[in-house]
Amino acid sequence: MSDKLTGAGIIVEELIRAGADKIFGYPGGSVLDIYDELYLAKDRITHYITAHEQGAAHAADGYARATGKTGVVIATSGPGATNLVTGISTAYLDSVPLVAITGNVATDFIGRDSFQEVNIVGITMPVTKHNYIVNDVRDLQRTIREAFRIASGGRPGPVLIDVPKDVQRSSVEYDGAVSFDLPGADNAVLDLKEAIKLIKNAKRPCIYAGGGVIISEASEELSKFAKVIDAPITASLMGLTAEPYYHDGFLGMAGMHGKYAASKAVAECDLLIAIGTRFSDRATGNKQKFLGEGRKVLQFDIDRAEINKNIRADAYVIGDVKKILSELIKSGGLDGINNKKWLDYVKSLKAIPENNIEHSDKSLPPKFVIESAKSVFGADAVVATDVGQHQMWTAQYYGFEKPRSFMTSGGLGTMGYGMGAAIGAAIGSGKRALLFTSDGSFHMNLNELATAVSHNIPLTIILFDNNALGMVRQWQKMFYARRYSQTTLNRKTDYVKLAEAFGAKGFCASNKEELLAALNKAKKLQTPCLIRCIIDSDENVFPMIPPNGTIDDIILK
Amino acid sequence: MIKKYTIILLVANKHGVLTRISGLFAKRAYNIDNLSVGKTNVEGTSRMTVIVECDDELIDQIREQLKKLVDIIEVETVMEKPAVMRELMLVKVKHNGDGADSAHVIEAINVFRGKVVDMAPESVIVEITGQEDKLNAFLQYMKGFGILEVSRTGVTAMLRGAKGV
Repeated sequence: MSDKLTGAGIIVEELIRAGADKIFGYPGGSVLDIYDELYLAKDRITHYITAHEQGAAHAADGYARATGKTGVVIATSGPGATNLVTGISTAYLDSVPLVAITGNVATDFIGRDSFQEVNIVGITMPVTKHNYIVNDVRDLQRTIREAFRIASGGRPGPVLIDVPKDVQRSSVEYDGAVSFDLPGADNAVLDLKEAIKLIKNAKRPCIYAGGGVIISEASEELSKFAKVIDAPITASLMGLTAEPYYHDGFLGMAGMHGKYAASKAVAECDLLIAIGTRFSDRATGNKQKFLGEGRKVLQFDIDRAEINKNIRADAYVIGDVKKILSELIKSGGLDGINNKKWLDYVKSLKAIPENNIEHSDKSLPPKFVIESAKSVFGADAVVATDVGQHQMWTAQYYGFEKPRSFMTSGGLGTMGYGMGAAIGAAIGSGKRALLFTSDGSFHMNLNELATAVSHNIPLTIILFDNNALGMVRQWQKMFYARRYSQTTLNRKTDYVKLAEAFGAKGFCASNKEELLAALNKAKKLQTPCLIRCIIDSDENVFPMIPPNGTIDDIILK
Repeated sequence: MIKKYTIILLVANKHGVLTRISGLFAKRAYNIDNLSVGKTNVEGTSRMTVIVECDDELIDQIREQLKKLVDIIEVETVMEKPAVMRELMLVKVKHNGDGADSAHVIEAINVFRGKVVDMAPESVIVEITGQEDKLNAFLQYMKGFGILEVSRTGVTAMLRGAKGV
């Protein structure tokens, strides 16, 4: 059955067909036609307007991370499009499937510096998996299908489609049921021989899990694999929720602010099995020394370009890591492995003082805030963070139990990511969202509090107020002789009044009792609220392996 | 060890494909020594020849990163593989118009198998093709007469034998 539809109509039909029934964005002159179609289709697709396009991009990102589906964001031409760029870059660095649709001026007006014209395809080329400008409405349907396939296929990432206004307005025959011959899934047979040989020869294997394990939904296989080969599991920031924190063999995050036991296991193993991870410099520290004497690296990844990019691999398997792990287990090639002694040793590290750093005895230690929030809200909330000290504390102390429960900007390190991401994650998952943020990060995109209130998002914001840009201040303290250049904020923001002004509830806690009372009140609310937690500006994130350092350089207090 | 690598690319002839490829080199800080591009006999495709100076590990990275670009159909890196590599160059050379000097210029052009494609009272334009080192040698020799202008296409390459890129 084929009908005549406008380009804008095709966009909305194809979004619905792709399963994008909840999308984010902000209207404007060059997307009027798309928003008109969204109005007509509002029973089939829900659009969430944010306060700023950046918030919409982060919301689509949070939605995608929480659900595994492709997030969709729409923005108008010019500033609408450029406001997406930080959000798209965030998604690109963390391999998040995202389709961004921007309007542009009509094709006749392109290249003439028209009002609100910008070359967004040129601007986003380095931060998208692929992008398009559609100059002919007849190419639109195929382009949208391709965009979703590319965004979610293989290693996911953002794709941008720029649609000039006249293309949105012109009509063409449209048949939604038509199928296109798109690049398909890779069904290559896996060669596991080298991998099995390395694992069998290892006496001290250690797993280092990245975000790829979550993307490929391979948590169960990961646990099984670790048991079969008696290997501890460590994780990158992006891999944190791959394994429940309470599993015996899970040592936590490794790297710059990782747990002592995890970084120690990575340093002392004779075979590092890296799964779906790209060896960020924040995780490896000094790349030359990372490998150590005689240590081998075995890498599993869907992206061949990740092999030997940052760390040289002795062997690798390319493919979906869920498939790789389940075939490795099934192969029988790993049966009879016994590295119990090694595993017992690394597990014993979890109990030593170096691995259990206590925070200050100040009235409200950050660790206490995060652990209390976890115990009040449990494992069913989706947790988002901004970037800085609070992000690392959340990674260290929250105790994640389920994949897709942690939204954080790992690669790009985007301050201001959290508000949008928490909103998108709550909308996508239908769960309560917790946002851990700080006075620095929160000020970047606090406008999205308006979004949370108007859409009735069950969002609890836990704001660490240390009157400073804490992480930068920590570096200034440690590496710049306490010259606190521009990191003492001296802001007079009244967070409780601010929350109330936006229509949310606000609480303030300066000690443990007040915090617990506020958390319990927050739990009863199904609407947004903010808890300001006053913490000491001299709280630090420890352990810390200084940039380009090794485990021998670890700073514990 | 730093070596010269030639990368032959078959790409979809789409809007912005050259920008995507040069953009990838720029964002990952790979240096391009040479780049040439032109349409092929297959409708909608272009062939590109890129020459880079790098080590073994980096050429592997460059190839794998290129493969991820959606508009790239095929990538082949040429190192030990037998390939034909040619470049075309136009050179405008000065001559003072008297018989002896002109004859000397023309003789040199013939030795290098160049072709005079334009002749003016005080200059000639020479068209010459060949491998990079031959063109460099020709330029070196022509310096004696005085080079007025040089325009090179960049190297283009093709694998020997029936299997191509």
